[in-house]
Amino acid sequence: MSSVAFPAFDNTSDDPTVRAPLTTPGQNFQTITETVCRVVERPRPPLGWYIAFAIAVAWTGVFFLLVVYLVSTGIGVWGNNVPVAWAFDIVNFVFWIGIGHAGTLISAILFLFRQKWRTSINRAAEAMTIFAVICAGLFPALHVGRVWVEYWLFPYPNQMGMWPNFRSPLVWDVVAVSTYGTVSLLFWYLGMIPDLATLRDRATGTVRKLLYGLFALGWRGSARQWHRYERAYLLLAALSTPLVLSVHSVVSTDFAVAQLPGWHVTLFPPYFVAGAIFSGFAMVVTLMVPARAFFGLKDLITIRHLENMNKFILATGCMVGYAYALEVFASWYSGNQYEWFAMVNRAVGPYAWCYWTMVFCNVVVPQLFWFKSWRTSPWRMVLVAVLVNVGMWMERFVIIVVSLSRDFLPSSWEIYKPTWVDLGMLAGSFGLFFTLFLLFCRYLPMVAMAEVKAVLPAAHGSGHRH
Amino acid sequence: MKDSYPFPPWIDRARPLAGAVLAVVPVYLIALLYYGGSPRTTDVGYEPVQPIPYSHAVHAGVLGIDCRYCHTNVETSAHALVPPTQTCLNCHNQIAADSPKILPIKESAASGQPIRWVRVHDLPDYVYFDHSAHVSRGVGCVSCHGRVDRMERVQQVERLSMGWCLECHRNPEPHLRPQAFITRMDWTPGADTSIGAKIRKQNNINPSTDCSTCHR
Repeated sequence: MSSVAFPAFDNTSDDPTVRAPLTTPGQNFQTITETVCRVVERPRPPLGWYIAFAIAVAWTGVFFLLVVYLVSTGIGVWGNNVPVAWAFDIVNFVFWIGIGHAGTLISAILFLFRQKWRTSINRAAEAMTIFAVICAGLFPALHVGRVWVEYWLFPYPNQMGMWPNFRSPLVWDVVAVSTYGTVSLLFWYLGMIPDLATLRDRATGTVRKLLYGLFALGWRGSARQWHRYERAYLLLAALSTPLVLSVHSVVSTDFAVAQLPGWHVTLFPPYFVAGAIFSGFAMVVTLMVPARAFFGLKDLITIRHLENMNKFILATGCMVGYAYALEVFASWYSGNQYEWFAMVNRAVGPYAWCYWTMVFCNVVVPQLFWFKSWRTSPWRMVLVAVLVNVGMWMERFVIIVVSLSRDFLPSSWEIYKPTWVDLGMLAGSFGLFFTLFLLFCRYLPMVAMAEVKAVLPAAHGSGHRH
Repeated sequence: MKDSYPFPPWIDRARPLAGAVLAVVPVYLIALLYYGGSPRTTDVGYEPVQPIPYSHAVHAGVLGIDCRYCHTNVETSAHALVPPTQTCLNCHNQIAADSPKILPIKESAASGQPIRWVRVHDLPDYVYFDHSAHVSRGVGCVSCHGRVDRMERVQQVERLSMGWCLECHRNPEPHLRPQAFITRMDWTPGADTSIGAKIRKQNNINPSTDCSTCHR
């Protein structure tokens, strides 16, 4: 289905005296329901969905076959070896958990700040967050090697009389990521209940009625239910807000607490959080631009929504650039030859191309967003967003692998090379991510209908000019 | 569209029940795993049938034979040594020599094939336990093996779990005794609560709880 585009429609004006419309003109409560439910209710998804889904599922299959190979053989099938004991596994973990930061930022922090434009994109962004956290969680879970004793990561009373080492950031990591995953899932689900009830009421088949009915938890839309719902939503938003900042701060302590040159930097927590939001927004843009075109959501997810996210990318990109500069400064100012060497090694060592790819993609490329033409052109912004994600993956590679490969003793230096299993699992994790996202697009309401309706002018009685 | 609503009206009354089930089931499952999976449940009381109905209650209890008469190396080696058939015959070529119960022992001695005793106290292969380190420094047999002198057939009385090992490694004093009573099953420190501390000082006992102490 092609969208009902209004070529002349432009809501990207920055005129502060006018409240910019957040949907195309002519939208009312019914058209919004129709637009969003149509995606789920049409008998067959568009051909593009099938093609994308087939590719994604194939790569998901590759991922899980490689997991079987890895678990049955041992983590020696990866390229990790002393001194680079953390490589693609942890790079991918930090990359995916970073991606997972945009959803909660959009849904919680922007909610508390009354940013109404969040309503069209928050559902998909939260879904993306949860899928990214799933991808992220798999890598450290696999990299421990003996996955059958995975539960040892959690503190629980046991016959061994042992607790995890609470002074270790790795334990904080388990707690932070599992908390984040749980709260994000609850927040996403809670926000979806009224929309699931809409789908239930419109459903025609018995299976759909039963499933949407089950997950709608008996929602009838009474005033009391709305009251409770909004209270619960506000509370979860307040609970999620510190998590947006804490999770990647904790992830950064995995490195900052160690004494390795290149890791031992007090700047890491805010630097990682900025990078996470940067990459998260880039992924939201990467997903939303094609999704709004394929599923006919251009009326609800307008250029203004995308432009706002691009402004976030520009701002956080500048913060990340500042952090890169400060990292260099701090290592020089430390007067420590190992710290300084770690920096020089990044810039001119054997992995210099990784470092300069990172700088180019994360610092130079986002500067294009100073130009409105780049912020408002869908395909140009996707180009920037994809490059940002390449850069952010490279950033984690530079921090983790390049620092480890050349530490204090030249005699222990080693060059790390990924094996085909490493590469296959990286690609496979993208397959898993897109599989989950495509299923979400097909079976769940991609846009928060109830919330978008609440930000329509009609919901505020402006049509009556009180 | 009331007709299209797929759930019957009584579902509303079932909701509190569903809530109760959701609250109780996880607690039940956790309790089941915790107690059902505990070595207290799975391992304690293990009492396999042995190829010969040898009675520790008779030999160690009634007759009062010292543990070390059969388990000779317990003070000097990691293993307590299961005695060879010849040890049995030291006595049994004179005492009850014609009893049918002794027949398998004689056969074993004649053929040179050892008797296939079933191991009762079996630690995992990744645990390096050393009897001599414990027995020669004041940990009595009874502390880990229980009142073997009262057992017709030997059974496991302690958990032998890692947490159980660590309890003693973290606080060894209640389990220490003078070397003279090391095999005595009925010895207790009595009212003298300081004896453990004295032996600890005297033998310089500082049990390590590092991973590599037991997992080498």
